[in-house]
Amino acid sequence: MRRDYGPLWPWSVAGLVLFFGIWQAVVSAGLVSNFVLPSPLEVLDRTITLLGRPFAGYLLHEHVFSSFMRFLGGFSLAAVIGVPLGLMMGRFRLLEDIVTPLFEGYRYVAPLAWVPFAALWFGTGIGGPIMVIFTGAFAPCVINAYRGARLVDTYLIEAAQTHGAGEFRIAKEVLLPGALPSIVAGLRISAGLGWQSLIGAELIVVSSGIGYVMVQGQSNLSPSTVMTAMFVIGLVGLGIDFVLRFVEARVRAKWEGK
Amino acid sequence: MDKRTPWGRVVTRSSITGVITVAVVIALWFFLTSVTGIVGQYRFPSPQDFLASFVRLATEGYAGGTLIEQTLQSLWLVACGFFTAIVIGVPLGFAMGYDRRIEAFLNPVFLLLRPIPPLAWIPLAIVWLGLSDGSKILVIFVAAFVPSVINTFTGVRNVDRTLVEAAKVHGAGTSRLISEVYLPDAAPMIFTGLRLSLQASWTTLVAAELVGAFLGLGRVLSTAYRDINTAMILVAMVVIAIAGAFTTILLAQVEKRVIKWRTT
Repeated sequence: MRRDYGPLWPWSVAGLVLFFGIWQAVVSAGLVSNFVLPSPLEVLDRTITLLGRPFAGYLLHEHVFSSFMRFLGGFSLAAVIGVPLGLMMGRFRLLEDIVTPLFEGYRYVAPLAWVPFAALWFGTGIGGPIMVIFTGAFAPCVINAYRGARLVDTYLIEAAQTHGAGEFRIAKEVLLPGALPSIVAGLRISAGLGWQSLIGAELIVVSSGIGYVMVQGQSNLSPSTVMTAMFVIGLVGLGIDFVLRFVEARVRAKWEGK
Repeated sequence: MDKRTPWGRVVTRSSITGVITVAVVIALWFFLTSVTGIVGQYRFPSPQDFLASFVRLATEGYAGGTLIEQTLQSLWLVACGFFTAIVIGVPLGFAMGYDRRIEAFLNPVFLLLRPIPPLAWIPLAIVWLGLSDGSKILVIFVAAFVPSVINTFTGVRNVDRTLVEAAKVHGAGTSRLISEVYLPDAAPMIFTGLRLSLQASWTTLVAAELVGAFLGLGRVLSTAYRDINTAMILVAMVVIAIAGAFTTILLAQVEKRVIKWRTT
């Protein structure tokens, strides 16, 4: 049964109009000072300004670029180590038994709690942030690769073995393709967590990047700068998710078409 | 593996390997730090330093409070943020799943705010509320809110239509429909959301306290970092992990009770 509500889009438009309308109205009416809450138009204006005038040393897109490169570093590292580890844990019972207790312990430590060690070990330039992203993104890579590998039909593995395939070929040609949808889903979760961990690291110790823009905006009491950075962070996160969603859809289509 | 003795389930090959692994790791830790000193104390603490720091935090305190005070402060903030978030988030998600008009009304705004990671709210919260407890509760609220709304929404939206129809045919009104069909059917999904919310709450709390706090486990962590006291850093990390695990297990117990009660 579908209750007939009529067209739904007017509700959506109403929601958005109300949201921005109330926000703008509250500021315009002077109910809150713009040192507390800037209007949507001010945030837009600030965004355009920051693209053309350096803030905290760099232009807005340069900050975003340096954050994004760090993200790519930490995320790739997590994927390159985490996915094979997860696959192997799914394949070899002994490895699973060895890694599981350590992994369970690690999982309960909030990624941001690694910031002090990351900074002491690898500095606050590139190494430290990459380690924080890594700790944030690692767990879903491992878990999903493991689950994916467990779902692979053991008959397929045995068939490959009887045809003389070595462990490497089994991993590459049986486990990896079989687990791929699960792996890609894990990578999407990882990317989100990694991106958010990076922002945290930049808030706490790092002195460049989009997170640092927020810290500077906060200490300059410029909420419009802070909100510009929030907006940009959301946008980049959305972009990353969009790309991975696309990859996921492609993988799924190919996998199910087989 | 499944012997009928009471120990049959505890002493399995997995658990033996697990115990050996942990023992080896601890031995290796001891060897690298205390025995040979390959890893210096400014990189990673030795087991003795770790224990000494733990005792110090528990008895005389560190960074403005003892272990109990710091832990209770953090637990209190997580509890405030988490409960506010689920008290608002679950009914909201429920309403969005129940009525498509409400979904259409709220979803665009939600989609707009959702991509912003909770941690990115910290500076704004500080501009608004300073380094007070309030700013941390606000950030935890934001972090815990999103998963509780999304999962409740998904759970309610995926309730078996046949069940709803059957209940209606037998004359169930809206309130009975909600309490006896929608809620029980959506409960597992709602609890998944709560678990994710709880996790997000801890992550965010740690970040917020690292950015600036007067008390709390994150404050212990950041003070230890400034003092380059690696032993205390490790103590803080372990206590945070245990506190997080404790609340997660508590929630799992609640889930077990609630779902059992619902299905019988």
